Amino acid sequence: MHPVIQAKGLQKSYAGQRVVDGLDLSIYKGECFGLLGPNGAGKTTTLRMLLGLIAPDAGTATLLDLPVPQAAREARIRVGVVPQMDNLDPDFSVAENLLVYGRYFGMQDSEIEARIPALLEFASLSHKRDAKVPTLSGGMKRRLTLARALVNDPDVIFLDEPTTGLDPQARHLIWQRLRELTRQGKTLLLTTHFMDEAERLCHRLAVLDNGRLIAEGSPRTLIETHIEPQVVEVYGEHAGAWAHEHAAGYAQRFEVSGESAFCYVQDAQPLVGYLQAQSELRYLHRPANLEDVFLKLTGREMRE
Amino acid sequence: MGHFSLPVLSIRFLPIWRRHWLVWRKVAAPSILGHLADPVIYMLGLGYGLGSLLPEIGGMSYITFLAAGTLCYSSMNSASFEALYSGFARMHEQRTWEAILNTPVTLDDVVLSEILWAATKSLMSGVAVLLVIWLLGLTHSLLSLWMIPLALLIGLTFAAIGLIITALAPAYDFFMYYFTLVVTPMMLLCGVFFPVTQLPEGIQVVAGILPLTHAVELARPLMSGHMPPQTVLHIAVLLAYALCGFYISLVLFRRRLAR
Repeated sequence: MHPVIQAKGLQKSYAGQRVVDGLDLSIYKGECFGLLGPNGAGKTTTLRMLLGLIAPDAGTATLLDLPVPQAAREARIRVGVVPQMDNLDPDFSVAENLLVYGRYFGMQDSEIEARIPALLEFASLSHKRDAKVPTLSGGMKRRLTLARALVNDPDVIFLDEPTTGLDPQARHLIWQRLRELTRQGKTLLLTTHFMDEAERLCHRLAVLDNGRLIAEGSPRTLIETHIEPQVVEVYGEHAGAWAHEHAAGYAQRFEVSGESAFCYVQDAQPLVGYLQAQSELRYLHRPANLEDVFLKLTGREMRE
Repeated sequence: MGHFSLPVLSIRFLPIWRRHWLVWRKVAAPSILGHLADPVIYMLGLGYGLGSLLPEIGGMSYITFLAAGTLCYSSMNSASFEALYSGFARMHEQRTWEAILNTPVTLDDVVLSEILWAATKSLMSGVAVLLVIWLLGLTHSLLSLWMIPLALLIGLTFAAIGLIITALAPAYDFFMYYFTLVVTPMMLLCGVFFPVTQLPEGIQVVAGILPLTHAVELARPLMSGHMPPQTVLHIAVLLAYALCGFYISLVLFRRRLAR
């Protein structure tokens, strides 16, 4: 199959610092593709290069079969973007934001007006049509930003951390809408550092660190290939000391972080049986998830 | 995609201009009052108050003399405020440019729309001052109608120069340098309140380089009903400032936003 978005050997440096370092990506029609990585991993820079907003120092990219940044303007006619920070027009009402934005795509007013009711309904904002942007909640603003990104009925939608700063209800509503868009056959490229978001939404993921792609695949494949299937988290002030003395006897691998010990195991039964007998240790047994993979691949240190 | 390539102009600036227009319509009343009250109060206060103490200047009353200068400097101020404060808000605070640049519109279109919009504000300001001039009967010449396109030209010039400052500004405070060191001196040295010839010779040379001088040299004869001498030269100087300002600011914006 032919990729909708393709990057080959993309490279970008700022002030001598490699931000994106030889990145290859192929994203196909109807896919929801996630870019994961700690802060500063190069996610946003990658999106901006794929949109043709900045030129790579080396490598090539195509968006909807057009070379970017050379033909970025033409490519963006069929692209929608949900930026990381809200940049709605605060002086305008909800409907005016959509109208004014549609004009940037060269659409006629009548054409945009005809789309507005459906866009508002999709964003659950029909009742807020004439409300001014500053009166909207954070979730409503995000939904309006999403509706705005759809005003030109794009084939590809770029989303840079679409749910950062939202409460759980608002996030679930956005997720539901994004799934609806992939069902309609649209291609989604999103960045996030919420692992649950990536696991629920994305068909495929790429994990970036220091501008390099360090793992790629479906959430399930990533978990299966990179990590033991079971995790037992042990809590409490003695957890660290306990882990250093005993964990190696029960777990293939373990990590201590603060007052928790994370034990990664093929079979959790022996460890769980042992822990049930230890009254001073609390524990949680769960299947391995994407966050475990992420932390294993990118480490537990803070990235600032 | 080099930063130094020449601007590519297109009609795509129009939807952006229309956005600015729609925002302005929502705040039109205070905006018109703000842009009109200040210059008109100066013109009336100084024109009648100070003017009664003064003889005629170049065959016209002081208030008529001052009126031509007022139209020029208020057009300059309108474009400068729009290009600096409002332009910076759209580029930086509100991220309006970022939203627009995600669509099939380029930075060249965005910068062109900023200049044309700021010039539109100058045009509105110039027309408002001209209406007051007519109402006061300070001119009876049809040639004064040429002051309308002149206000637009002044707007293009000062919008383009002002955007250079916007492109360099780290924050709003930075604009105080420009207004204190550039705009205010121009208001005082370029023949708005008194003829440039009253100044020491060295300063006259400086004033001769400044764009506002050329605007005033065009406006004043038009008020008194004859074509300005050296019309082409003055227009050429203003246009040169506008074109250089556009190009330099565009290069600076390309550099600033290339991250």
